[in-house]
Amino acid sequence: MLAVVGTVPDTKFPLVIGRVSLRGETVSIDGMGAPVNRGTPALLAAAVKVSEVLGQPPVGYLVGDIGLGEGSRRLYALLSENSFNGDTGAIAFHYLQPDVDWHNRVLFAIQEMGHRPVLIADAGFMYAAKMSGMAPEYDLFTPDVGELAFLADEEAPHPFYTRGFILHEEMKAPELIRRAYQHENAAACLLVKGQPDYIADREGIHATVDMPVEEAMEAIGGTGDTVTGMVAALIGAGIEVKEAAVLAARANRLAGHLARPTPATQVMDIIEQIPVALEQVLKEQSSVSGHRHA
Amino acid sequence: MSLLSFFKGKGSKDSPKVETQDRGILVFEHTSEVIRAETVLKGAGWKIRVMGPPPEIRTGCDLVIEFPLIEELNILRTLEAAGAKPLQVVPVNSPLLQPVDIFQIKDYGRYLMVRAANMKLTVDKETLTVVNVSGGGCPDVPYLAQEMVGKSLSEAPAPETIGHTLCGYALQLAYEEMRRQC
Repeated sequence: MLAVVGTVPDTKFPLVIGRVSLRGETVSIDGMGAPVNRGTPALLAAAVKVSEVLGQPPVGYLVGDIGLGEGSRRLYALLSENSFNGDTGAIAFHYLQPDVDWHNRVLFAIQEMGHRPVLIADAGFMYAAKMSGMAPEYDLFTPDVGELAFLADEEAPHPFYTRGFILHEEMKAPELIRRAYQHENAAACLLVKGQPDYIADREGIHATVDMPVEEAMEAIGGTGDTVTGMVAALIGAGIEVKEAAVLAARANRLAGHLARPTPATQVMDIIEQIPVALEQVLKEQSSVSGHRHA
Repeated sequence: MSLLSFFKGKGSKDSPKVETQDRGILVFEHTSEVIRAETVLKGAGWKIRVMGPPPEIRTGCDLVIEFPLIEELNILRTLEAAGAKPLQVVPVNSPLLQPVDIFQIKDYGRYLMVRAANMKLTVDKETLTVVNVSGGGCPDVPYLAQEMVGKSLSEAPAPETIGHTLCGYALQLAYEEMRRQC
């Protein structure tokens, strides 16, 4: 089972835990609704769409926070008391106020669980994981190219302070990946969202996904969140991390292509295409595996 | 012994070790300004502390204020409103680091995208409407997108007025660059 931890941009949204469903353009959890624009609701919507093809809908741990950090700290406090169910196979941490002390408390609580879930971090929680020096404790980070530069900069406490000579390395993602591992600032696996997408580990680039190309995707808020939602859901369904990362990168590109996007497209149009895209990618994968085994 | 076990040995969750990676320093010209800023920030509920400056800091007085770096934008806005704006703001662990000053600009024809650090802002060049905000990882990013998308550049709130974090600050830089471009 997949657990997703994140925030909703509404200070009135209470701390809720529950199975997530999708109703139109709203994610529904424990009687509350959050519109799917971007951020954690977009991640959750993508994970729910994956569950239409395989696996189960995710369990969400959500709270309202608009950047003041109060909601995030309430959620951190709950999770530091070990609030995850015993059947949680994967946990995806997302838009949370980066806070090293609280990050460490939550990680300690997870370490005390009877079994260790697969740990995925993106967005603010990934920033905190890097700042804490505990990035190698994670199984998967899902940065975009700008965030990869931050992971590669051993000095930067936030992407806002990434040094210029590293930002200029944008076209050399493999070098940034190598540097992130060199300074122990990467998870066991990286899914770097960009053109192309890279799936990498300490040994180097494992896979590159570059088709189909829809240049407008970079401008659309939430398209990175949908990749993270898909890979997390696939891992929650029992697929190995690197294989799930390749599938998610391919399915996200295909879903984007099917939506015929412009830079003004909103992410829900892409999320609607996920089941068709994922089924096609899984079918192609099955066909390739069949040929290999024939 | 795993890295985590090592850290656990150093400090349990009951007594977590002091972290400085996510802390910043506010530098002021005079000690009286430090005292005033301390009063303002503590009164607003922030966890801050007054300390001596690190050797890399060569400006300002003999006291600085340590604060949660992620919340820089909100704290600067609070201090400015109270007339206690600092001379300089730097990360504790690397006081010589500067905010990003490199912008990536992508022209999609009708649309223009500006990226500053991890934040991207996209505008329809014909109508000057904000059509998308993407990137970032702090919880004010979805909030900023919610408040800005669909509004014209002149009507949309500037990120510095409603954002709270360093992601909001990065979006402000992208917003300023976009206004220069359009």
